[in-house]
Amino acid sequence: MSATDIHDPNRRDFLYVATGMAAVVGAGAVAWPFIDQMRPDASTLALASVEVDVASLTPGMSLVVKWRGKPVVVRNRTEQEMKDGEAVNLADLKDPIARNANLPSDAPATDANRTTPGKEAWMVMVQVCTHLGCIPLGQEGEFGGWFCPCHGSVYDTAGRIRKGPAPENMAVPVFQFISDTKIRIG
Amino acid sequence: MSEGHSTYTPKTGIERWFDARMPLPRLVYDSFIAYPVPRNLNYAWTFGGILSIMLVAQILTGIVLAMHYTADSTLAFGSVEKIMRDVNSGWLLRYLHSNGASFFFVAVYIHIFRGLYYGSYKAPRELLWILGCIIYLLMMATGFMGYVLPWGQMSFWGATVITNFFTAIPLVGDWIQQLLLGGFAVDNPTLNRFFALHYLLPFMIAGVVVLHVWALHVVGQSNPTGIEVKSKTDTVAFTPYATIKDAFGMIVFLFFFAYFVFYMPNYLGHPDNYVVANPLKTPAHIVPEWYFLPFYAILRAITFNVGPIDAKLGGVLCMFGAIVMLFLVPWLDTSKVRSAVYRPWYKLFFWLFAANAIFLGWLGSQPAEGSFVLMAQMATLFYFAFFLIALPVLGLIETPRRLPNSITEAVLEKNKGAGHHPAGATAAPETKG
Repeated sequence: MSATDIHDPNRRDFLYVATGMAAVVGAGAVAWPFIDQMRPDASTLALASVEVDVASLTPGMSLVVKWRGKPVVVRNRTEQEMKDGEAVNLADLKDPIARNANLPSDAPATDANRTTPGKEAWMVMVQVCTHLGCIPLGQEGEFGGWFCPCHGSVYDTAGRIRKGPAPENMAVPVFQFISDTKIRIG
Repeated sequence: MSEGHSTYTPKTGIERWFDARMPLPRLVYDSFIAYPVPRNLNYAWTFGGILSIMLVAQILTGIVLAMHYTADSTLAFGSVEKIMRDVNSGWLLRYLHSNGASFFFVAVYIHIFRGLYYGSYKAPRELLWILGCIIYLLMMATGFMGYVLPWGQMSFWGATVITNFFTAIPLVGDWIQQLLLGGFAVDNPTLNRFFALHYLLPFMIAGVVVLHVWALHVVGQSNPTGIEVKSKTDTVAFTPYATIKDAFGMIVFLFFFAYFVFYMPNYLGHPDNYVVANPLKTPAHIVPEWYFLPFYAILRAITFNVGPIDAKLGGVLCMFGAIVMLFLVPWLDTSKVRSAVYRPWYKLFFWLFAANAIFLGWLGSQPAEGSFVLMAQMATLFYFAFFLIALPVLGLIETPRRLPNSITEAVLEKNKGAGHHPAGATAAPETKG
């Protein structure tokens, strides 16, 4: 205990605390630009949307476009793939949430909720495994959907995680059909 | 040891002039010439010196490689090939640097296992041990970022997998990952910052090495008996005894290093890294550098959810937990006896742990499927059981063998009956009374 503790806080105590606080705030303000510069820069954010012409895709065909540095698969699914996707009991899903950026964040992971209304044949999805970011291979694995060779995650025909270490369904990005044969992603 | 006062006496005028102003010659003399070392140090104690020259060698080759390397995602792969084909002696410098990283880890693993076997982490050397663990962490960060720079397929996908660890952290994980990458995926901003940090971290390692050596010179070296130095007869002078022994150890070590550099320079690498990075295609089988394999096996062993912790977060926690264990060793080991030489049960568990670590490394190189997963889970369980059960419990239940009264007694006892050979009077001075 120092001698000053027996007094009520005086003007000098106030000045010490105020100076200390100013130094802390100042140090934080100086540190922030050093952290802030590491975040994605304007040119990275500017690549946030792409348009894709999908006129040439007949059922059973896919194409991959690069969006924000990641592959996005656009797949025109076959009748069988859609049937398989619809037949899944939601209770069997490891991740029951749609993970569709076009829907509310708690939408259930039905086959329809993984696509867009009226265009249920079309899967548009970030083809990145939700485990550690590898690219799953299409139309492989026991559910006929996607299979990640890195750590063995298996996805179904709607890109929903069914087996393996990945925690979530593959993400459906914000997208819309701007015409019958054109999709804008992002 | 620090309690002994300095025996340095400046002989020439210029030495006296320096000694009165900045006693650097005195520091060097006291640290590397007169410094007393236990007389019974074996070759396991030469790896501190070997690690020092490996650090210097990596910094030297790294700086000259940086003069030819271009940290841009469109040019990096080509610039490395240019180093290999066009730059004079570039192939040698690059192979020295890439194999040097591997041999740096060979040396550090022997150094760490030496510490575990002889109980070098016990009081008063806890801080010395923790500084060593920090150096090891910095080495892993440096090695990982260095492997990204050639911008091959393994560079790219290794970086993707490792930075995705951070997305396992709840709430802030994605934000942290984007902060590390400077984007939504590994790309040019990632390569640039990794290059800057890869250049910085070795100098941070050098800084922590200074603290490590400082702490060592305060508490003194441990030795194979684990008994503290008690009298002058327990020690010999650093020069010539330790310097010559260290130098011989270095030469043997560099012989193996040179064999890899000249005869099998790509043995420890991966062929996929000679394919330029492709963000749209993952190689069929991603493996990290060999020195990360045991931790990679632990990461992949967790395939099940535990309560609110899903498999992904669980794997990441176990992997980092495996390194945290090393930091806690000084307090997990409850035995008063340092050296495994006098601890029969600990000795057994130490060798089981060493075999298990190598087994984990092998599992890390195999695909994560079938029986490999179960084996990795068992080996991971043993890894943690060694630290959390064997170390604390053995110290309580084990009966150690009788300890010699001093280092001198231990040395003379070991050589009893060897007789005196007049011809060998100058050899093996540590065995002479």
